[in-house]
Amino acid sequence: MSTIKTAVNRRSFLKVSAAAGGGMLLGFGWLSSCAREPETGLEIPESWTDINAFLKIGDNGVVTIMSPNPEIGQNVKTSMPMIVAEELDVDWQKVVVEQAGLDTEKFTRQVAGGSQSIRQSWKSLRTAGATARRMLMEAAAKEWDVPVSELTTEQGTIHHKSSGKSIGYGAVATAAATLEVPEEVELKDPKDFKIIGTSRKNVDAHEIVTGKPLFGLDVQKEGMRIAMIAHPPAFGQKLKSFNAEEVLNMPGVEQVFAINAAPEGVELQWSDTNAFPELVAIVGRSTWEVLQAKKALKVEWETVEAPESTADYEAALAGLMDQPAEEPARRDGDPGKAFEGAAKVIEQTYSAPFLAHNTLEPMNFYANVTADKAELEGPIQTPESLRKTVAALLGMEEAQVSIMLTRMGGGFGRRLYGNFGSEAALISQKAGVPVKLVYTREDDMTQGTYRPAYKVKYRAALDENNNLIAFQVRGAGIHGSPIFENRFPAGAVAHYLAENHDLGSNISTGAWRAPRSNFMAYAEQAFIDEIAEVTGQDPIEFRLQLFEKALQAPVGENNDYDAARYAGVLKLVKEKAGWGKPAPGIHRGVSAYYCHNSYVAQVVDVEMQGSTPRIKKVWCAVDCGIVINPDAARNQIEGGIVDGIGHAMYSAITFKNGSPEQQNFDRYRLIRNSEAPLEIETFFVDNGIDPTGLGEPSLPPIQSALANALYRATGQRIYRQPFVSDNEVLG
Amino acid sequence: MASFTLQINGKPQTVEVAPETPLLWVLRDHLQMTGTKYGCGIGQCGACTVHLNGTAMRSCSLPVSAVGDKAITTIEGLSDKGDHPVQQAWLEHDVPQCGYCQAGQIMTASAFLANTPKPTDVQIEAAMNGNLCRCGTYTRVKAAVKTASAKMG
Repeated sequence: MSTIKTAVNRRSFLKVSAAAGGGMLLGFGWLSSCAREPETGLEIPESWTDINAFLKIGDNGVVTIMSPNPEIGQNVKTSMPMIVAEELDVDWQKVVVEQAGLDTEKFTRQVAGGSQSIRQSWKSLRTAGATARRMLMEAAAKEWDVPVSELTTEQGTIHHKSSGKSIGYGAVATAAATLEVPEEVELKDPKDFKIIGTSRKNVDAHEIVTGKPLFGLDVQKEGMRIAMIAHPPAFGQKLKSFNAEEVLNMPGVEQVFAINAAPEGVELQWSDTNAFPELVAIVGRSTWEVLQAKKALKVEWETVEAPESTADYEAALAGLMDQPAEEPARRDGDPGKAFEGAAKVIEQTYSAPFLAHNTLEPMNFYANVTADKAELEGPIQTPESLRKTVAALLGMEEAQVSIMLTRMGGGFGRRLYGNFGSEAALISQKAGVPVKLVYTREDDMTQGTYRPAYKVKYRAALDENNNLIAFQVRGAGIHGSPIFENRFPAGAVAHYLAENHDLGSNISTGAWRAPRSNFMAYAEQAFIDEIAEVTGQDPIEFRLQLFEKALQAPVGENNDYDAARYAGVLKLVKEKAGWGKPAPGIHRGVSAYYCHNSYVAQVVDVEMQGSTPRIKKVWCAVDCGIVINPDAARNQIEGGIVDGIGHAMYSAITFKNGSPEQQNFDRYRLIRNSEAPLEIETFFVDNGIDPTGLGEPSLPPIQSALANALYRATGQRIYRQPFVSDNEVLG
Repeated sequence: MASFTLQINGKPQTVEVAPETPLLWVLRDHLQMTGTKYGCGIGQCGACTVHLNGTAMRSCSLPVSAVGDKAITTIEGLSDKGDHPVQQAWLEHDVPQCGYCQAGQIMTASAFLANTPKPTDVQIEAAMNGNLCRCGTYTRVKAAVKTASAKMG
């Protein structure tokens, strides 16, 4: 048990008095949308008491826990309330989860990004539950006139052992809400956890499998119109003119006009990255009718910046690989001298293309802008930033703008950038009607905000005894270098140099699941594998020796990994996979990477079926501290692995004269069912450390584990992604 | 515009739409049945899968005028209480992550199992290959199809 000050998040504690009845249920809506497991037949309370911003307790003990963070499929809508319920000490079967809208008064960091939801909220969620529990106990102590220290709780009931008295939370909730918030509360010892660390089903699962409206695209409102946009077909172009007259008489079409989401003088946020702020908007009665008008609309675009083709930026990135940076990002020892005196030098360059996020639910947002307020609803990973931008664009105060969060059909970083939300607001304002803006798949895939194209060149110097004495990495990317200069093998090599190059472009880029790591883990761990081979060492032993060096005598400063935990996952996966003795016909690869504060090591078994690799099994060891919801955590790990394999193997956005050559899933190849691993087995390190990132860390290393296995299968190292394109075969 | 009376989940529903309107948008926009999803509009992702006389079809590429009096089943009508064996199996395996593709996955799986009650692994992969899952839940999809097959006995 540990004690925590509650004052830090005191502002999240509402002291709402215990008014009973309908008033508190207004806008609450859980009767229609939040019956988590209808078959369990939870009784609806007659009255509710708001204990704090995170939870309400019904008079019959049913608890509603608010889920403040955006849900993009990372399952925080289940796992975050589990943390509150744990410290509150209630029966999870009596918990109803409600999605909160944007509310910066009550909640902090309502963001889905950087695998940080649990990590950042771990203490505040626990404190919210523990504080409510303490207040309920104090109310019972007062009623029974006994010291609160004599009370215990169990699954929503307060007990007083010596008198044999018991009372449910629901019966004291009203009294508890009138008490002062305690200055400090005790948190459970992790060994006493009853909910955290046990697998609980996704609270939305029943609604998902029965097709209930949950997503932004499912929003339906009175008087709502459908809006679509047309953006330039190529980067480097902008809107010149359009002919609305030709489409205004088409069935169902009501308005056609231009909007500008980046007018001069309006302050935009970091999340407003957008190559195409000037758009044509079409508003009408139904999606299909508006889509026909969009197809028929004649728009003239003008080229204002030189259009780029893939060969252009590929050549520019390649050129940067031969240029030293003006200032190194990091230098340890004397790498120049070490390379001069090396017995052997290994040098390889790795490349990766632009990628689109391709959330399966295309970008969309609902907006109803009237003279004095703007009501928005939809899928957004950064609602607070969106509200700032929308207020600025509409000329309103932030308090006039509300944003309700829907479940999101995928995020992967794309919905950090809220251009579609701003566009919906501008369209509603100009059209004077509530609108749901809908991107077609083609709009979505050609809008930009891509994972940048990258190149990185590695050099490794070995002495006559095959010891790694120097290591050099030079990275270049569109709108920024991909490298992390303080990550492994920095700290494990005496002479080390890291250099960055940044290539400008009119193609817009953004964070894509595990930004930069999603490329660096592939390049670094494929190169490490090659060095191990040249030195004649086992790839796992070679890595373990480097971690041992970093542990015993770390080189330089600011090494941002824990070599012991890194080695820990590698040893765990080695043991679980039975490394060193693959079955006949099976080719194995290994990889380990650290990102989002978590450590992941993977072993992949590949069998070649002709020229097609079949991934038979992936073993995955993960150190992400305490795991909240183990089966859901495994699902995240599995998803990251499949996502990583798919994008490494098959996916790319390429350009011709500024236009993306892939505009839908006929040409943009995503991994399919028969290409996924037949089996994925995940092992979590049980170390009791506070939780770290989970949604992203399994994606980066799998690409190199696969590349290393494919090398053993085919005899060919793979230096670029995607590993196969069009009709290419491996081997 | 023309009038069409469709047999959806056992009930007749009449809509006034242009004949070429895809069934997907008739369901979503005109009948407020949003369980059937839009993902690509060109029959590549499977998010819009419905049953037409028991056969899995891509509703984004099916003009309403081509439906006639064939029985349409959507995710909303697959079972009365969300307890079709495929839905039960999906819950047991806690398949969804974001959940957006899952209605399409379930509609494909349920039509497939109705015709192939005891599928091999290769048959399952072939049947489910038309349904993209961007979150990468494929290994659970496969496992859930097997569980559903066992439930359907």
